[in-house]
Amino acid sequence: MAQHATSRRGISSRAVEIAVALLTLAFGALVAYTSYQLGSTWGPDGPGAGYFPFYIGSLICVGSIVTLIQAATSHPAGKRIFVEWDALRRVFAVLVPAAIFVAGVYLVGIYVSALFYIAAFMIWIGKYPWYKGFAVGFGVTFALFLMFEVWFLVLLPKGAYNVLRFVGY
Amino acid sequence: MDESGEALEELTLLMHGFSVVLSPYTLMLMFVGVFLGVIVGVLPGLGGANGVAILLPLTFAMPPATAIVMLSCIYWGALFGGAITSILFNIPGEPWSVATTFDGYPMAQQGRAGEALTASFTSSFFGALCAVIMITFIAPAVANFALEFGPPEFFSVYFLTFCSFIGMGREKPAKIIVSMMIGFALAAVGIDIVTGQLRLTFGFTELLRGFNFLIAVIGLFGIGEILLSMEEGLAFTGKSAKISLRVVLETWRRLPRFWGTALRSMVIGCWLGVTPGGATPASFMAYGVAKRTSRDGDKFGTGQMEGVVAPEVANNAAGTSALLPMIALGIPGSPTAAVLLGGLMIWGLQPGPLLFKEQPDFVWGLIASMYLGNIATLILVLTCVPFFAAILRIPFSIIAPVIVVICAVGAYTVSNAQSDIWFMLVFGVVGYLFKKLDYPLAPLVLALVLGDMAESAFRQSMLMAQGDLRIFFSNWLVGSITGLALFALFWPLIARVIGRLRTVRPSTA
Repeated sequence: MAQHATSRRGISSRAVEIAVALLTLAFGALVAYTSYQLGSTWGPDGPGAGYFPFYIGSLICVGSIVTLIQAATSHPAGKRIFVEWDALRRVFAVLVPAAIFVAGVYLVGIYVSALFYIAAFMIWIGKYPWYKGFAVGFGVTFALFLMFEVWFLVLLPKGAYNVLRFVGY
Repeated sequence: MDESGEALEELTLLMHGFSVVLSPYTLMLMFVGVFLGVIVGVLPGLGGANGVAILLPLTFAMPPATAIVMLSCIYWGALFGGAITSILFNIPGEPWSVATTFDGYPMAQQGRAGEALTASFTSSFFGALCAVIMITFIAPAVANFALEFGPPEFFSVYFLTFCSFIGMGREKPAKIIVSMMIGFALAAVGIDIVTGQLRLTFGFTELLRGFNFLIAVIGLFGIGEILLSMEEGLAFTGKSAKISLRVVLETWRRLPRFWGTALRSMVIGCWLGVTPGGATPASFMAYGVAKRTSRDGDKFGTGQMEGVVAPEVANNAAGTSALLPMIALGIPGSPTAAVLLGGLMIWGLQPGPLLFKEQPDFVWGLIASMYLGNIATLILVLTCVPFFAAILRIPFSIIAPVIVVICAVGAYTVSNAQSDIWFMLVFGVVGYLFKKLDYPLAPLVLALVLGDMAESAFRQSMLMAQGDLRIFFSNWLVGSITGLALFALFWPLIARVIGRLRTVRPSTA
């Protein structure tokens, strides 16, 4: 990873490390607790439904606590940056449009949503002229359409407002 | 039993396998699979496991023997294709291609890209071929042996698989355990098959079906990789490559010189490949051994052909032999093998030692397709390198959204559920965080695939023994596997103790 010496500001690795360990700890505790409620002991007809997951959850907790301690006691002198602000902005530049795309799948279906997603991504992030964005978006979605709906006969979601209804799909 | 007679029997079965595979339709699908596989291996965010996962739903309608041929060819293509990006762009497409960049990229910088690629493809072919030959003759014996296995033996083999991840992993053991156990926990979501109770669904109807591991694979590897590449602000700057027949022949003339390195790397690859997660350490180890044993060892890293041969032989041998435990025991050695195994279950085949007896067409067809698939891959990559390199020159701002869309389509088609696309995005974020924090993803995927089977083996064993854990030491077979597993689990500690004893002894003596 190429890091510029000038912009070395961002979220510290240690903070993320601790946050993720806390999340996995919470997840492990949740798994262990619900499994305990389900019956993690020996029932009348053998081990209960929560027997195996209870130990799994407990092991997640143990692993998380070890990671947590390792992260918390790590030397703050070797301050590592998890992600620089600039880079984080780029990550969100992918993540947020992707989430909008998925929401769009519910609304107008995967083809239309994908067309606009690819076009918008190219125009805003790739700085392409709008006609190129839409050309690529249309090309890719049309190829997908041919492959799935026509050749392999796998139906993809058309959304609540099916625009393709007018062409017979 | 008569040794030569047994080998002959396997050859007959293999010939039968070829007869299953050798139809125009299957051969065509083979080339399609290889072609897609190389593309998948070349593109960032679409590795072998992910590519197979996305294309798996397309094969649901095919007969299993045909489907597995196409999917395993995607796997070969991805194994070979990783080398293209490593050599031309200094970007390892797969973790096991990292060692190939050490000498491959310098060769490309010196204008010897064609040589490097030819050497790499030929070495890949050699490694894979040796591993396939090993599978042909060893897998039936292993499966035969495993027919005697009961639930305790199976659980101990699962246990061994997971322990060797912890003991041999490069990452911190606590992180490997967390990652693996999250996989097991996700596998437990849904209806418990034994008691019929709902587990970990928290009242969400979307979770009744449980988590499909294909969604996890597509999210963790696909979306996670895209996020990582985007963060690094990837701009591809690659060397151009043309492979002419003259370069190929010239390279082939020089390759036999490295037979010693190739053989050593092949043994390392086959050996480590059978253990889970073996391809990456195998490629590094082979590179290291070649560097130490070679006459030009000190020139490694400056563009030595031998430095390309060693890791490529090893990672393909390892990647191929990872299929041995999958075929013979139903236990995958790599995430991609896990996805193929998931495919078996979807096509209605029960993976495991019985497969050899019950589905000989399928098993031997698969093994035969490994031979043919590797030849097909070699031909295709040697002739189409400029095309594949051109794919990499497509700007990332076009590739990224297209890959996200393809991943979304793949996630949806697994079980026609729109909620799976959301899960895929969530897994993508998890994959990004885990990768950056050095949590390994392979154990999570394997645990998610094997979770149900491991759990039922454990439960049945516990029922047999009335909850007594000593059943895992009740006879020599299960006892030695469990013992081996514990040894693998505590290997880092054991190695440290041995290391300390060695350093202490000279000072006290």
